[in-house]
Amino acid sequence: MSTFLTEEPTQVTDAPVSTRLSSLDTLESEAIHIIREVVAEFEKPALLFSGGKDSVVMLHLATKAFWPGKVPFPVLHVDTGHNFPEVIDFRDRTVERLGLKLVVGSVQEFIDSGELAERADGTRNPLQTVPLLDAIQRNKFDAVFGGGRRDEDKARAKERILSLRDEFGQWDPRNQRPELWNLYNGRHTVGQHVRAFPISNWTELDVWRYIERENIELPGLYYAHDREVFARDGMWRAVGEVSQPREHEEVITKTVRYRTVGDMSCTGAVESAAATVRDVVIEVAASTITERGATRADDRISEAAMEDRKKDGYF
Amino acid sequence: MSTETFLPGPDLVAAALPTTLFRFATAGSVDDGKSTLVGRLLHDSKAILADQLDAVARTSADRGFGGEKGGIDLALLTDGLRAEREQGITIDVAYRYFATDRRSFILADCPGHVQYTKNTVTGASTADAVVVLIDARKGVLEQTRRHLSVLQLLRVAHVIVAVNKIDLVDFSEDVFREIEADVQQVGRELGLGSDGVADLRVIPVSALDGDNVVDASERTPWYDGPALLEVLETLPAADELESHLESFRFPVQLVVRPQGALAPDAVAGGLDPEAYRDYRAYAGQITEGSVKVGDQVSILTPGQAPRTTTVTGIDFAGRELAEAAAPQSVALRLADEFDVARGDTIAAAGTVREASADLYAALCWLSPKPLREGAKVLVKHGTRTVQALVRNVTGKLDLASFGLEPTSTLELNDIGHAQLRLAAPLPLENYLHHRRTGAFLVIDPLDGNTLAAGLVNDHPGDHEDERYSI
Repeated sequence: MSTFLTEEPTQVTDAPVSTRLSSLDTLESEAIHIIREVVAEFEKPALLFSGGKDSVVMLHLATKAFWPGKVPFPVLHVDTGHNFPEVIDFRDRTVERLGLKLVVGSVQEFIDSGELAERADGTRNPLQTVPLLDAIQRNKFDAVFGGGRRDEDKARAKERILSLRDEFGQWDPRNQRPELWNLYNGRHTVGQHVRAFPISNWTELDVWRYIERENIELPGLYYAHDREVFARDGMWRAVGEVSQPREHEEVITKTVRYRTVGDMSCTGAVESAAATVRDVVIEVAASTITERGATRADDRISEAAMEDRKKDGYF
Repeated sequence: MSTETFLPGPDLVAAALPTTLFRFATAGSVDDGKSTLVGRLLHDSKAILADQLDAVARTSADRGFGGEKGGIDLALLTDGLRAEREQGITIDVAYRYFATDRRSFILADCPGHVQYTKNTVTGASTADAVVVLIDARKGVLEQTRRHLSVLQLLRVAHVIVAVNKIDLVDFSEDVFREIEADVQQVGRELGLGSDGVADLRVIPVSALDGDNVVDASERTPWYDGPALLEVLETLPAADELESHLESFRFPVQLVVRPQGALAPDAVAGGLDPEAYRDYRAYAGQITEGSVKVGDQVSILTPGQAPRTTTVTGIDFAGRELAEAAAPQSVALRLADEFDVARGDTIAAAGTVREASADLYAALCWLSPKPLREGAKVLVKHGTRTVQALVRNVTGKLDLASFGLEPTSTLELNDIGHAQLRLAAPLPLENYLHHRRTGAFLVIDPLDGNTLAAGLVNDHPGDHEDERYSI
């Protein structure tokens, strides 16, 4: 005898009331649901905002979640001191436009005070962890939204949408809470906080299609422009204050764009003629190389680079 | 400075077009080729990018994969964390993404070793379909029966059994038909594929060679069904099925009431601050069914009789919608100024049962800390979390025989039935009919960890069934 229920099928209305939602609509509704859950269940959330496309999409989703009200949390930026000036400018304009409070954690200040040391390779991306955790603790943020996506990396592929971090900001991949249905468990004890990743299920192409559909403004360096660059580690690196060519590295002007806008000292540009969002959508659809592989020197340090940084409390 | 003119071909334009979303999970025993199947789907649907493929090809060569055949070990494509590679195990559910020109897919890759119940329950809870692998040389194993019973319990809309390694039985139709009959027999015992609970399909595949994975194989001329990917591209998603239900359900997440603190960008965009001075709407995600402006709805608040009112507006970020359906996130405006708060549920009038503080449920126990009768726990249902007392455990399922054994405790990976007393009544609904409002979490009040996935059963006596007969 079966111990399981078999009952009459559920009733279905005669006419379908709506056509099937597109994949972007479904992802958007999922992200808004998660953002609202975190705001409802946590005392003091904040959103990591770098001016990069994923964080811009996150902020756009937050404005939609609380319309016509203001976004009810501050934004947090960890400034490596090596950012592209146009990205910082974009950050400040966005914060102003939406009437948000901006909290900045500064890598430079930690280096100046001797709490962090500059790395031999000059990249500051891995140095962001300490100022990030400091900002979280000082401001008593108990939930921090990030624009991380599971398609970016093997470690991210296994991370929960609500990811519990201990007092040291560490992620423990072996001890994650199972995430069931759309029921998110954000309970945490004193000292712990939660990283929330509402666009976990989006791919790079989804992000770009959404930027196109919603007409979202991004920093100009995401689109093709002429720039003085030199080749290093198989990437085009911009010439800038903190990113100078070595003797044998030739500087040339190329039409490039950026696929991610991290620290200038380790973010490379790709050769591209994609000058509009439509061009970029088509370029991404055609892309044969993942965005991190193409443009992030820090992920090339080792295959497990992201896993190690996450365990140490990175984004 | 010259730049090339960028002329996209038809494939690229199609890839940039909107698609629908479909979530599926894989489940299988160790060594039945699940990682290879997932790798094959990703590889053949061109979801693997050049740098990922390079890394895998290098590792395959280092490990001498394929002998004289050479080639790449597709299983490496789903290889995860360093800890896993070092120990040759899979820690947890991993999510993968790929798309065809018809659909975007989210794949929950669930490892099949000892923690299979925990992982399968997790992966299946959000899945529109689950692919269960069977090794054609081994046929239906106890593990297959366990997987299928978990999927039946979780009411996964579509179950697909992939009979893998069909190349290793010389593409034998006899072998396939025998396994297919065994699967259908298990399905009948469970009630899968009947009574509208779920549908059950069986497909012969070779993940290693690609037969019937993305394209139909010429080596199985006796199989006239579609290849696995075509099935995944055409099945209706669970949201699509649930959006057509009459039972509109909307757990309120929060109240949007700016009281003058309007978004400056909205005001700059022309929103009239005067008109929005007293704006009040209830934000949430529709969990099933649909709603139209003018619909009669009931507000379900614990401890109060349902209050009925009319939907006067459906807002989505500045757009007024005439109707909305699951799984849309919207904000509802109501005719009456009731006190409605997070944790309340808005439902189609006349479709809800009385809220109850007595919870009868199946519990999938996911924690190493066992459940004991008398334990105090938290129950998270919809957007409300309440305290609960575990009054008794009424039995544990034997997933292989589908029988129920008496027990007073549940341990990690056990599935059993229990009765709980809630500190406040909740609008509980049978999981069988309501995959969202029939689901809940059991949470440890001490450390906040998730202890169990809960599926609401009917109260004994509500229906004449045999579940409580032991």
